[in-house]
Amino acid sequence: MTPESRSLLSQETAEGSQEMASRDATAPAELEREVGAVLRLPEGGVVNASDFDVERTDDETMIINMGPQHPSTHGVLRLMMELDGETVLRTKPVIGYLHTGMEKTGEELTYQQGATNVTRMDYLSPLNNELVFALATERLLGIELPPRALWIRMLLSELQRVSSHLMWMATNGMDVGSTTMMIFGFRERELVLAFFEKTTGVRMNHNFIRPGGTAADLPDGWEDDVEVILDNVTVRLDDYDELLTGQPIFRERMEGVGAISAEEAIALSATGPILRSTGVPWDLRRTMPYLAYDEVDFDVIVGTYGDNFDRYAIRLNEIRESVRILRQVLERVPAGDYRVQDKKVTPPPRARIDESMEALIHHFKIFTEGYKVPEGEVYVAVESPRGELGCYLVSDGSSKPYRLHIRAPSFVNLQSLPVMMHGGLVADAVATISSVDPVMGEVDR
Amino acid sequence: MGLEDLQHNFLTGRIEDLVKWARRNSVWPVTFGLACCAIEMMAVGAADFDISRFGMEVFRASPRQADLMIVAGRVSQKMAPVLRQVYDQMMEPKWVISMGVCASTGGMFNNYAIVQGVDQVVPVDVYAPGCPPSPEMLLHAILTLHEKIRTGAITRRRGAPAGGPEELAGWVPERPDAVRLGTPR
Amino acid sequence: MSADTAEVDRPAPVVPGVARTSGTDGGEIVHPGRDRYHDVVAAHRDAGFEMLADLSAVDYLAHPGRHLPDGVAPARFEVVAVLLSMAQRRRVRVRVQVPEDDPVVASLWDLYRGAEALEREAYDMFGIVFSGHPDLSRILMPEDWEGHPLRKDFGVGRVPVQFKEAPGPR
Repeated sequence: MTPESRSLLSQETAEGSQEMASRDATAPAELEREVGAVLRLPEGGVVNASDFDVERTDDETMIINMGPQHPSTHGVLRLMMELDGETVLRTKPVIGYLHTGMEKTGEELTYQQGATNVTRMDYLSPLNNELVFALATERLLGIELPPRALWIRMLLSELQRVSSHLMWMATNGMDVGSTTMMIFGFRERELVLAFFEKTTGVRMNHNFIRPGGTAADLPDGWEDDVEVILDNVTVRLDDYDELLTGQPIFRERMEGVGAISAEEAIALSATGPILRSTGVPWDLRRTMPYLAYDEVDFDVIVGTYGDNFDRYAIRLNEIRESVRILRQVLERVPAGDYRVQDKKVTPPPRARIDESMEALIHHFKIFTEGYKVPEGEVYVAVESPRGELGCYLVSDGSSKPYRLHIRAPSFVNLQSLPVMMHGGLVADAVATISSVDPVMGEVDR
Repeated sequence: MGLEDLQHNFLTGRIEDLVKWARRNSVWPVTFGLACCAIEMMAVGAADFDISRFGMEVFRASPRQADLMIVAGRVSQKMAPVLRQVYDQMMEPKWVISMGVCASTGGMFNNYAIVQGVDQVVPVDVYAPGCPPSPEMLLHAILTLHEKIRTGAITRRRGAPAGGPEELAGWVPERPDAVRLGTPR
Repeated sequence: MSADTAEVDRPAPVVPGVARTSGTDGGEIVHPGRDRYHDVVAAHRDAGFEMLADLSAVDYLAHPGRHLPDGVAPARFEVVAVLLSMAQRRRVRVRVQVPEDDPVVASLWDLYRGAEALEREAYDMFGIVFSGHPDLSRILMPEDWEGHPLRKDFGVGRVPVQFKEAPGPR
């Protein structure tokens, strides 16, 4: 390695140096992982490093930087790519450009306020974040929810999945080049967001699913609104299917690109559509059910090749499965309370505050001081549109979390990006990032 | 010789109006979506709220080709130098809309990680509050910016000492209650 | 929540002799010592826990007192690894105590490649060093940042806001 190229590898940028170790310092174990990348060894089997000629002179490769501001619509992700011509060899995703200190902020807010903080992590499916935080808090509190609360949460969670996957299809289409898909995807999403606005009050970052249930009951006429959404989505999904699935350019760009094997995905802790695209049927709604998912009927979609096209097909069909779940929810939502009737945890209805002194005091205490949660620690996970979204909550008996850690699926899934991009072209980088579907809010928290 | 040398008279008044009309009807934003506000910004670019009717649907990835930077989302400590770099690469005339409370003041995140207001890093023309601002609010901010372009001076230099009458200190829109969507000018 | 409580429907411990408790959610928690941590996780991996679901750390500096089984001495930091077995559909939490004066613990990277980013985050936020990690550098904060933000002695960094009102509960 020449001294000049060595200094190139540890270039000072305005943000400090981000170093990549030189190739001859790479341990054989890691080299084996690179060379054994998917396209040549479909089973991810053990490779003897001496079988391959891994000697490369480093002046053939160059390191380029993509981002954090770049045309891909997936947020502030920076990629340092080592290129040999147009081929990507190694990649280092650099994150932290959206680090908000949400876990630290979570320690300063009460459990009642916690949803406002957590909801802004994965901003494409905020209700899922609130759900996992609420589930963790309820485990610590040891309270059981009434069935209607569970079904309302399930309704919102599946609608959120529909809206998130539609958003993904829109941005994925845009990244691959189909601006029509971008406009179409947002069109249906507006229907879902209008329903959310009617129910929760805001289009995004709802702060609606709170420990104890939900903030309010569903509005009158919600069944008709949801029916309209489901009918529209069903019809238009077939349009999108026709627009993209058979289209030759789309297929060329997505098939065989960004492939990953099941062993690699499991080793890298990838979950969600990435893991399912490799053929592993792991979906927390089916395998470790929460809410009322064990009472509804739906299929888990799996792919075969682990490439971008499989992930597109999985997300498209997951919208269909969500529609199926929603139709069942429409018929079977039970009547009852939308939140647990535990005065210490759930605030009283607003009308009661005028009548009863106790109600006023409870309201006051819950919203200023917060309710105390018993000491303990818990890990709860739900299936967000991106994978396993977990919440590790440690309580010290006070009204604020002692430690709030969110296991963000995108953060962990980003580790599979270098493996997917290895051996591909630079032009495929944007498509591959898009198919990993990272949401930088939850990556950086 | 440039626009600064023109004396104000009837003809240059017309030219100024023409220049301002051209500038405000094709303000091209640079893609600077950071967090949740970026999603609402994309929704504004999509069909339901369509900023294409204002000539703005082309989000340029390259800051050299863009006029407007909508800082949509929270700016972290690591991102602030990048923000400044992108802003510096934009050509004059350029404007900044600070979209959302996180960009305007730091929002609900008053901590070590977030820059408390993007105006610590770049000069801001219009602040759009909201968490996130709904697309209608962002459109109102954009139209306020158009109003500002319509009534402001075309040779305003950022950072220049407030000297002439056209400086924007104390600027109010001429028709504050009449910033209607789609009003042709 | 004492160790060695034999319950009928609980699965057999993967590594006998290591303190085991039940969590608030009924989940299983294993408390190996720092020296046995890597071996215990490796044993779990061989026993069918194919995936590392999560790895994070907790700073117990300001905590009034937590439940630990006998024989486990509390230290300031705790590294928590959540292991997932897809075949058995269950999770096990591995909690290891890490002292403040010597915050070093073994890295799980050689067992689970997915530990790489998670351990980098724990290092960035708490200053816990994972020995055997391929690239232990800051991941969320800028590289020249000083301090570890999620430690309890690192302030929130709140900028005082000039409101004419009484200071709030925070």
